[in-house]
Amino acid sequence: MKNSRRTFIKLAGIAAAGLALAPKKVLASEGHAPVKANPTAIHAKHWAMVIDTTKLHTAEAIDKLAAICHHTHNVPHIEGKQEVKWLWHDSYPHTFPEQENPHLAEEVHERVFPLLCNHCENPPCVRVCPTKATFQRPDGIVAMDYHRCIGCRYCMAGCPYGSRSFNWGEPRLGLDLEKLNPEFPTRMRGVVEKCNFCVERLAVGKEPACVEASEGAMHFGDLKDPDSEVRKVLREKFTIRRKPSAGTEPSVYYII
Amino acid sequence: MKMYNGFAIVAGLVIFIAMLTAPFALGTMTKQYKEPELKLPKNEKECIESTEWMRANHMQLLNEWRDWALRDGKRTYTNHKGKEFTISLQNTCMKCHTSKADFCDKCHNDAGVSPYCWDCHVQPEGLK
Amino acid sequence: MLELALKGSKRYYGWIAFLLVLIGIGSTALIDQWMHGLKITGMSRDVSWGFYISQFTYLVGLAASGVMIVLPNYFHSYKANKHMVIFGEFMAIAACIMCLLFIVVDIGQPTRMMNMIFHPTPNSILFWDMIVLNGYLFLNLLVGWTCLQADRQHLPHPKWLKPFIYTSIIWAFSIHTVTAFLYQGLPGRHYWLTAILAARFLASAFCSGPAILLLVMMLTEKFTSFKMAKNAVKTLVKIIAYAMCVNMFFFALEIFTSFYSNMPGHMHPILYLFEHASTGLVTLMWTFIAFAAISITLLVTPRFRNNLKLLPWTLAILIVATWIDKGLGLLIGGFNPTPFETITPYWPTVKELMVSLMVYSIGALIVTVLFKIATDVKAEVGHSQKLECGCSSEDICECTPEGDCDCVSEEAAAEA
Repeated sequence: MKNSRRTFIKLAGIAAAGLALAPKKVLASEGHAPVKANPTAIHAKHWAMVIDTTKLHTAEAIDKLAAICHHTHNVPHIEGKQEVKWLWHDSYPHTFPEQENPHLAEEVHERVFPLLCNHCENPPCVRVCPTKATFQRPDGIVAMDYHRCIGCRYCMAGCPYGSRSFNWGEPRLGLDLEKLNPEFPTRMRGVVEKCNFCVERLAVGKEPACVEASEGAMHFGDLKDPDSEVRKVLREKFTIRRKPSAGTEPSVYYII
Repeated sequence: MKMYNGFAIVAGLVIFIAMLTAPFALGTMTKQYKEPELKLPKNEKECIESTEWMRANHMQLLNEWRDWALRDGKRTYTNHKGKEFTISLQNTCMKCHTSKADFCDKCHNDAGVSPYCWDCHVQPEGLK
Repeated sequence: MLELALKGSKRYYGWIAFLLVLIGIGSTALIDQWMHGLKITGMSRDVSWGFYISQFTYLVGLAASGVMIVLPNYFHSYKANKHMVIFGEFMAIAACIMCLLFIVVDIGQPTRMMNMIFHPTPNSILFWDMIVLNGYLFLNLLVGWTCLQADRQHLPHPKWLKPFIYTSIIWAFSIHTVTAFLYQGLPGRHYWLTAILAARFLASAFCSGPAILLLVMMLTEKFTSFKMAKNAVKTLVKIIAYAMCVNMFFFALEIFTSFYSNMPGHMHPILYLFEHASTGLVTLMWTFIAFAAISITLLVTPRFRNNLKLLPWTLAILIVATWIDKGLGLLIGGFNPTPFETITPYWPTVKELMVSLMVYSIGALIVTVLFKIATDVKAEVGHSQKLECGCSSEDICECTPEGDCDCVSEEAAAEA
């Protein structure tokens, strides 16, 4: 037989390719998934937050809420420009750079504002994530799947609000290991993290930790429900959102 | 048909096969390996599923659990017997298996497996 | 054909050994990074992409450059380029591999890289970038290797290759367009949010890429018997000249739009780079302007453009200018000012540079090996070889008895 070795290699290659492409056994768990939402969970069509900056406008007050948020979620404390933060405070010009004017009421201009992920309705971060590690839930919350994130940081480049942090190093080095919240994981290095609107608390019927601790300065509720707390407040008070021209439709409103 | 370098080849093959099978031979002939002694939970006798099922499938279950809980928002699991559990490694599994070192690590170390759950999830005995 | 890379002169072995040493040194920094994380780089929460991604962006331009030799040859039957095509394709292979390596060293969880394939996300441009870069790498490997093999056997190029070659020419434009799309679709980064970014990328690629390729080939000529056809060089330099003019014209367009409109979002990054940044960065950015002006002057003036002794310097100046623009300014200006209108300075750390040195050395190694194979094959079949009079065997040599030689291209001689 001529070319026997060449023919053999060709056949072997085709066989290997065929095996690789052969339909794999479907890894289903007996057909339907035996899961459902917790009975105590609270649901909404679209979660939104309204922050009353007439009540919450000092660095101390915001830092207290940030400390509660960071403790609840084991957010590490890293000094310097590689910090990780889910909720923090900043000045008016840094929070609302598109809404500056030189004669702004001094009292408003002196206020300190809380910043967090805006859980946009049109999130650019979700659009650019190559693995769907950051994704939008049906209830509007922009969630992070830390198991899937490859740490490419495209979402950080895409966010117009600077809401996202990356774990440049091992986050547990920035945590007091004796004061961890044992009910929530930490993250590993090499993944991006941000505020998650406390989905794990919503799943057991609790409000987000910062809202609960804010003594009424922060409102949280269903934007699509005309009778919800947030809709009532939005009807009564004037609100602005950050960077409206970006087209992201943030879900975090600020009462000025 | 003459086999060139036949002696060297066959000798090499014998030595190679001997080296390859040595761990299995040593393991079964000497009784050095003992099955790990797991510290079982005090209060609960039934896990999410049966022991045999969990032994074979807990890896798959945990993979499915994390996607159901985090991605689909469905955090209540109904097992084959109809009992319901909250999906959580730290707050459900580890509530009964109260020590990673005394339970999870016992088999994983012997099998040479290091799952990366614990890079993020906090073991109940703490990180010190 | 790979066996041609295994035998060479002492200088060849010495160069390979030198590159391996550089790779080894750089890899110590990469191991440090794999063990301790990307915190060893100069990147921060505000400047979350840095040197690695900027080098990837610059090198995609180098990968696309081969098309400036391939396109005239195949679309317009420009035969002068015939024996240069393989070098364009081989350079593209090395550039694509360097691009992919720069991405791999930049991601935070490299063991999860395959998630991009397990969970394909067509709405993410990074997904498409992965597709087009790997596709272009595959195309160049297939086309380059097959054509060189055929040449070595004195056979015509197989006909089934034509669709792949034509695809690769179109594909070359797409790889850099997709890379530009990575940037120009992000709503928060005003330095990048411009439709002309893709055009700028292509223009910059088509001057810097061929410039690097030409420089490497001139270096190759020094160490091998290979010599480029005179007309091929002249045409390529003309292409580089036009592309650089277009590149700087596009930059001028950006300046006009930003400053005539007086829009802060557009102006601030440019003002940061050219005025408010650290002295070092500002100096570099103005060097880019100065070098761009010098290189355009030298390229546009025929007397300077055709001066082969001056050409390497012209090309080097152009490469430095485009590298500052795309390899530094693009990323730093994109992230500064931050979404909070603050400034967070960025500069690569030593370890970041060591990892980059490793990737560049790997690219140089691939180029060395592939170019060695290509030049050896060309020597074997007698294509594009150096003649005693200093001309290429693709040109016609007209020498006087005193030894003064005039190298005239074949077309010019045919016309005469």
